[in-house]
Amino acid sequence: MVMDLFRSEEMMLCQLILPADSAHETITKLGEVGMFQFKDLNADKTAFARTYASQVKRCDEMLRKLRFFAEQIAKADIMVSPKAGVQRPYELDELEGKLHELETELLEANSNQNKLSRSHSELVELQLVLEKAGGFFEDAMRDVSSIQDELHARAHLPDGSSSPGPSIQTPLLNSATDGAAIELQETGGMASNSARLGFVTGLVLTEKAQAFERVLFRATRGNMFLKMAHIDGLVKDPVLGTKLEKTVFVVFFAGERARTKILKLCEAVGANRYPFPEDRARQSQMNAEVNGRLRELHVTLDAGERQREHVLSEMAVSLADWSVQVGREKAVYHTLNKLSVDVTRACLVAEGWCPVVAKGRVTDAIDRASFQSSAQVSTVFKELPTKEAPPTYFQTNKVTEVFQDIVDAYGVARYREVNPAVFTIVTFPFLFAVMFGDFGHGLLMLLFSSFLVIYEKKLSNVNNEIFNMIYAGRYCILLMSIFSMYTGLLYNEFFSMPMSLFGSSHYVCPSDPSLPFSRCEAGAKDGLIMNPELDTPYMIGVDPVWHGTKTELQFTNSMKMKMSVIMGVVQMTAGIFLSAVNHRHFKDNLSMICEFIPQVLFLMAMFGYLSLLIIAKWCMGTREHPITADLYHVMIYMFLSPGNVDCMDSITGKAGCSENLMYSGQGGVQLFLVFVMLVCIPWMLLPKPLILKKRHEENMRAGFNLLVEDDDDSSNGGNGAHAEFEFSDILVHQIIHTIEFVLGAVSNTASYLRLWALSLAHAELSAVFWERILMLGISLKNPAVIVACFFMWAMATFGVLMAMESLSAFLHALRLHWVEFQNKFYCGDGYKFVAFSFAEVLSEMHL
Amino acid sequence: MYGWEALYFNAKDGYAEALVRGLRRGLLTASEYTQLCQCETLEDMRLQLQNTSYGAALANEPAHSLTASALFDRCTRTLVEEMQHLRCQASQPLADFLDLITRGYMIDNVVLLVTGTLRERDVQELLEKCHPLGLFDSIGTLAVAQNMRELYKFVLVDTPLAPYFSECLSCEDLDEMNIEIMRNTLYKAYLDDFASFSEKLGGATSEFMSEILSFEADRRTITITINSLGTELTRDDRRKLYSNFGTLYPQGQLALATCEDTDQVRNVLESHSAFSAVTSRMSYSEGTGALLDKVFFEEEVKRAVGAFEMQFHYGVFYAYLKLKEQEIRNLLWISECVAQDAKDRIYDGIVYIF
Repeated sequence: MVMDLFRSEEMMLCQLILPADSAHETITKLGEVGMFQFKDLNADKTAFARTYASQVKRCDEMLRKLRFFAEQIAKADIMVSPKAGVQRPYELDELEGKLHELETELLEANSNQNKLSRSHSELVELQLVLEKAGGFFEDAMRDVSSIQDELHARAHLPDGSSSPGPSIQTPLLNSATDGAAIELQETGGMASNSARLGFVTGLVLTEKAQAFERVLFRATRGNMFLKMAHIDGLVKDPVLGTKLEKTVFVVFFAGERARTKILKLCEAVGANRYPFPEDRARQSQMNAEVNGRLRELHVTLDAGERQREHVLSEMAVSLADWSVQVGREKAVYHTLNKLSVDVTRACLVAEGWCPVVAKGRVTDAIDRASFQSSAQVSTVFKELPTKEAPPTYFQTNKVTEVFQDIVDAYGVARYREVNPAVFTIVTFPFLFAVMFGDFGHGLLMLLFSSFLVIYEKKLSNVNNEIFNMIYAGRYCILLMSIFSMYTGLLYNEFFSMPMSLFGSSHYVCPSDPSLPFSRCEAGAKDGLIMNPELDTPYMIGVDPVWHGTKTELQFTNSMKMKMSVIMGVVQMTAGIFLSAVNHRHFKDNLSMICEFIPQVLFLMAMFGYLSLLIIAKWCMGTREHPITADLYHVMIYMFLSPGNVDCMDSITGKAGCSENLMYSGQGGVQLFLVFVMLVCIPWMLLPKPLILKKRHEENMRAGFNLLVEDDDDSSNGGNGAHAEFEFSDILVHQIIHTIEFVLGAVSNTASYLRLWALSLAHAELSAVFWERILMLGISLKNPAVIVACFFMWAMATFGVLMAMESLSAFLHALRLHWVEFQNKFYCGDGYKFVAFSFAEVLSEMHL
Repeated sequence: MYGWEALYFNAKDGYAEALVRGLRRGLLTASEYTQLCQCETLEDMRLQLQNTSYGAALANEPAHSLTASALFDRCTRTLVEEMQHLRCQASQPLADFLDLITRGYMIDNVVLLVTGTLRERDVQELLEKCHPLGLFDSIGTLAVAQNMRELYKFVLVDTPLAPYFSECLSCEDLDEMNIEIMRNTLYKAYLDDFASFSEKLGGATSEFMSEILSFEADRRTITITINSLGTELTRDDRRKLYSNFGTLYPQGQLALATCEDTDQVRNVLESHSAFSAVTSRMSYSEGTGALLDKVFFEEEVKRAVGAFEMQFHYGVFYAYLKLKEQEIRNLLWISECVAQDAKDRIYDGIVYIF
């Protein structure tokens, strides 16, 4: 199983010769299997010039209809039943006819319904106008009667104005201009015969009401009177069919020209005008009429709506099935378009890649297809010899998928090269955990990731981009959390506090073992001693006694730094050895000798040696004979004065830097290592291009001799000998490669120090949050403050540590894998195997 | 040449510029046009356009209602959506710049509506014909106006076009001639405003924009001249419509103002090397209108493509709009040719962008 992932699946280039009558069935079966990648044999043809373009167009049209149905169904709030698959599948032509029929039916129902609901909303609007405008007029009537009473009392009333028409209108103006009521009344009365006031009523969108008023004012030069009343709630617009905020208006004006202007304006701002009778009696009559018609319309509308819903809910039952069917058909025709057609149109030729393991399934599907379509001629399946690079295909499962994605994001593996994803499964969460090491934070993350893993079926339907990203990485997060708990145990940190799982400490005060550390003065001076009763270091991880001491940072820094270097060297060395595995697999002895061996030697001579010194220093030091050698200096002086470890001045004979000396014979060993490194550089640089050049020249010479023979024979001669050979290119490439490796050896090792840096940052941040927020709050002994501080601490832990820190540790781990690890062996210039599969096609369509 | 905008440009406008450069990558290439020209039906065109920026907009158009004008509408809608998206992403002064770009369409819409109402067309019908980039609130109320003063007082005083009206506030009635004069006066004021605005922006923006706007000014000058030949427009009136900048300003304009037939126009233009392409086409026939347009479009496309060679300037937005507009014109031409089965002329109307 693991070895499946180690190298990509073996591929073969196959040719299918399909009889025309069974081609469709065969492609369908292959789509179900999903293990065949078709090559486009018509790449030079435009999309519509291909054989099955018309079928693709038909499918597109059907999909459009289905989208239309889905939209209508969603608008009507009807649940679409999931893929049932029970119905007998229609033939494509039959389905097309059915869809067409349904579409016309639905469109007709829609237009009927639209007409009805349009008149319905018009009536509703009219009703509103009657109600609101009636209100204006009623108010006016009350005013007019009061004014008339007053005027009667004064007995000034001219005869002409006693007619009911103007006396209704004029007081309206008066109510607007309170002060000049009587004068206007008189002038209005006198002019009533020549310039009768007219009015227009209707509804306008509330948002446009202001602009409407302004334009009205300008257009009539102020010779109008506008009354508006906002309608509470939304009103359905007859034309748009959506619910909008509206306002009822009544405009009064004088003269015919103003009338045309106002009518035009109403049209321009999209206001709906409605007739409004002046007469009270006719008003109430109209109101009753409108009410009656509304009731009737309600009945018809409901009936229509029920019928439409019936059609829609019938559709909803099989909509998913139809979409799946049409989607599959379209995909089949797309694939058929990639096939080249024989001149006689009797058969189609397909070429494509197929994994060797799936050959049985593919041929089986082909056989079944030709049996089912009862074709006279069976499909021919044959393997083609090729030099083309096959696609890369890994069989992943839900756990390995995310790690394969991490690797693929950098580059898809070359065909059959070692797949770093195998190692990434363990090293990625581990390196993450080194930076994120805290038992408590790991525990929180574990809770979160196990939630994702346990409820993965339920959560798979959530449609949120960010959540889906986290969801896809749930198994990676799970491993990351488990490793974090492990490293947290090693660092002995639980939300930055040490855990005393194995006793409080294995150290005691040297003067009196029973004395607590806080009162142990000797301990502060000379350090603690190991508890003589236990005589072992702390069982797992860092002794809790380090916490809070002055030397805590120095201790953990030194430990984490050295640990980072060792882990880096181990991972890089593993990378180089994987390149050897690649060289062996591709039978590239030249690279094995001229690249792998010098690379290993170089890295081992420099940082392998350093790691060795680190481990030696850890193991050999005792209390009585501590090793004082400073490993920075050892490394620096190894290059500054090779062979002369303690910087012995040759004249005075005095050692300038005796702290460099760690063991006897160090000078000789280091001199040898430096010599090895110096040899390795030209070894990596020169032999490979020179040998390649020589081989090429030999091939050329041999080629002249072989010219008489058949071309096919020469193809098994050598790998890529026929490709164009440009010596300068290869040399430059090799120079770059060498420089990259030599500089990279130093910079990549330094790069692993990020493990230490991030781990330090994480520990310090969580300590600060603990001490400065939570502990500070607790020390104040006020319950409210404690709750508030706990809240702040929890927020800081979630926001900063769990979210931001984990993201940054993730990115750094990603970088260490992509750059430091993979550049040692990974080419990543392959291309993915994209099989023709219905499952993929339909998931892209969100079905 | 770049000034200091390289220091701060990306902080403010980098995203919008990246967007517009990304959109430019979606413009159709010559080979795609060749493929489109081979289409037999509009359905074929839709299939061919499926993987372009127009794909999504065209997908939901029912097959039976797919006409050349529907295709044009849908394509224009994608352009409008793109421009609105850019406008939403823009900060000042880019937002102002993008607003200024759309003023030209506003002018066209105003003219369209006013002429439409003169001929007593339905307002809603006219509104549908307006370019969606040049729509503004209360544009429909234009229909009420009887003369220019009313036009200004009722409606346009609230719109950004108001300042451009200072030149044409005469009380003259709206007849076709006056409307055309109004359009050109407005455009002249607009170009002046746009030029001075981009001048203020400085740097590569003003450099590119002054070049392309002076081209625009020259183009308008020449079109005005040719269109006014044989009309009652006096020389002085004609001169007034010419822009106050451009390579033809002022000597060429003086000469053009006196022209009375196309030969004279050609003679004037021949003395300006920049217009040699124009003059060589003009000699063919009297019906130069369409041909002349194409020459200008080609020239404009050439300049607009050049805008993308420089970085850190707003010209790319202007250039993108022009290129996309041209592309949609090309698509309209192709679809008309396909729909009317006039394939022999299909290559005549296409202005290749790349």
